[in-house]
Amino acid sequence: MSQNNEETQTAEETPVDQKEVQDKMINSEKSEEAKLKARYPNLGNKPGGSDLLRKRLQKGQKYFDSGDYNMAKAKIKNKQLPTAAPEKTEITGDHIPTPQDLPQRKPSLVASKLAG
Amino acid sequence: MAGPGADMQWCFSQVKGAIDDDVAEADIISTVEFNHTGELLATGDKGGRVVIFQQEIENKNQPQFRSEYNVYSTFQSHEPEFDYLKSLEIEEKINKIRWLPQKNAAQFLLSTNDKTIKLWKISERDKRPEGYNLKEEDGRYKDPNAITGLRVPVLIPMDLMVEASPRRVFANAHTYHINSISVNSDEETYLSADDLRINLWNLEITDRSFNIVDIKPANMEELTEVITAAEFHPLQCNTFVYSSSKGTIRLCDMRASALCDKHSKLFEEPEDPSNRSFFSEIISSISDVKFSHNGRYMMTRDYLSVKIWDLNMESRPVETYQVHEYLRSKLCSLYENDCIFDKFECCWNGNDSVVMTGSYNNFFRMFDRGQRRDVTLEASRENSKPMQVLKPRKVCAGGKRKKDEISVDSLDFNKKILHTAWHPQDNIIAVATTNNLYIFQDKVN
Repeated sequence: MSQNNEETQTAEETPVDQKEVQDKMINSEKSEEAKLKARYPNLGNKPGGSDLLRKRLQKGQKYFDSGDYNMAKAKIKNKQLPTAAPEKTEITGDHIPTPQDLPQRKPSLVASKLAG
Repeated sequence: MAGPGADMQWCFSQVKGAIDDDVAEADIISTVEFNHTGELLATGDKGGRVVIFQQEIENKNQPQFRSEYNVYSTFQSHEPEFDYLKSLEIEEKINKIRWLPQKNAAQFLLSTNDKTIKLWKISERDKRPEGYNLKEEDGRYKDPNAITGLRVPVLIPMDLMVEASPRRVFANAHTYHINSISVNSDEETYLSADDLRINLWNLEITDRSFNIVDIKPANMEELTEVITAAEFHPLQCNTFVYSSSKGTIRLCDMRASALCDKHSKLFEEPEDPSNRSFFSEIISSISDVKFSHNGRYMMTRDYLSVKIWDLNMESRPVETYQVHEYLRSKLCSLYENDCIFDKFECCWNGNDSVVMTGSYNNFFRMFDRGQRRDVTLEASRENSKPMQVLKPRKVCAGGKRKKDEISVDSLDFNKKILHTAWHPQDNIIAVATTNNLYIFQDKVN
């Protein structure tokens, strides 16, 4: 039986062919995993575990909690609160986000281009 | 009605949206849905806007009839919000649109963002009353005591005006992000699902909903899976399914108990533990679940495949179709660029004989279940001459690349087709690229 690299799409594959294809699939997946672990040695051992899920649940979080807020507030308690928009280089937690600072998210005033 | 799937020849019909490559975030299409007759086609985008197209049929009796979808109505459904209490930005992106079956002259749809579901009424106005006996010629209001005669206003025709108005706002019922809504076959209730909970609503009542599924663990450290999609059975009003990030589907019966935490059926394909890799769970996460129109099957979409399940068999799917298996050897880079988390949707054709789903490089795939054949097509402006037949595409996984094939490394992973829809009766499909909507039609139809 000649080694064929192409993916076959017919339903009638002999069991040997199918196992070979499957083994190749698993091997390539495992070699991809090895590649990833080599690049990020600190990657958690739990495959796609709580870290990923928690990240998913927290989608949209913009600022840290009030603990950071209060700590930062204590640091600059003698200074006036900034009213300008925050600089992009601000370290999160050092700058106090106030409602004035938040980027004003306005709804799209422009009509959808699909309707154009 | 749809003919045998294998003989379908797909032709370009229309494309909507801007041509330029510079895509504004707001223009990213986030959902596409035909209504129950297929006459209306709704899209939602990241900017919170809904655009509805209406089919205008030219010569339906001719053998090669062309149906054109033109803009019918457009409105701002959701607006960006900021939850100050939780320091959380609430996106206006429309996650899902679901049409209600039509009961009267008006059309109704549900649209949802991450937190709030809205019921919109879309109605036509083509007459207006004229001849009120209220004002003088110069616009001043008449003194009611001076009016001596009775004048009845008459309705006169006017240019068609399509109005969209929010009839219900269903808010504050979801702590996590809503991923699905589904209208019950009873046409009175619907469900909404977020990462950890599913709620049941009555379409008339906005200030309360019933929680029917809650998978939130007492200790969040123990969290192992989230809900990824949910749908009501198309015919049995007591049955719904929800899929998880671990690749399982649970079917629940609302007659069994008020809280359906205990499933009636659990659909899961066994996996050889020795084959597990870091990526296994991520790519097994189900991004979409859809019942067949006849209610006997359901289809699930995970990162690399589409699976058809017989509702009577929980142990494994009855059919599995590989969408883009060649990506298995690219999982490392797909993880790094986050593409591995892309959520592709899938859909059935009207008679459940063909299924369709999207891929990268603006490719989309169709699988003919009966004929056991599949095809890869491309949505691109280069193939956009009227009634131009789409040529099947082929990706070369490795080895020698044949002419007209495209190699895996040349695929554009920024061009994703996540949302597709199939007309409920005819062979007309709507395919959304990042910011354009393509409509294709079967030549034979």
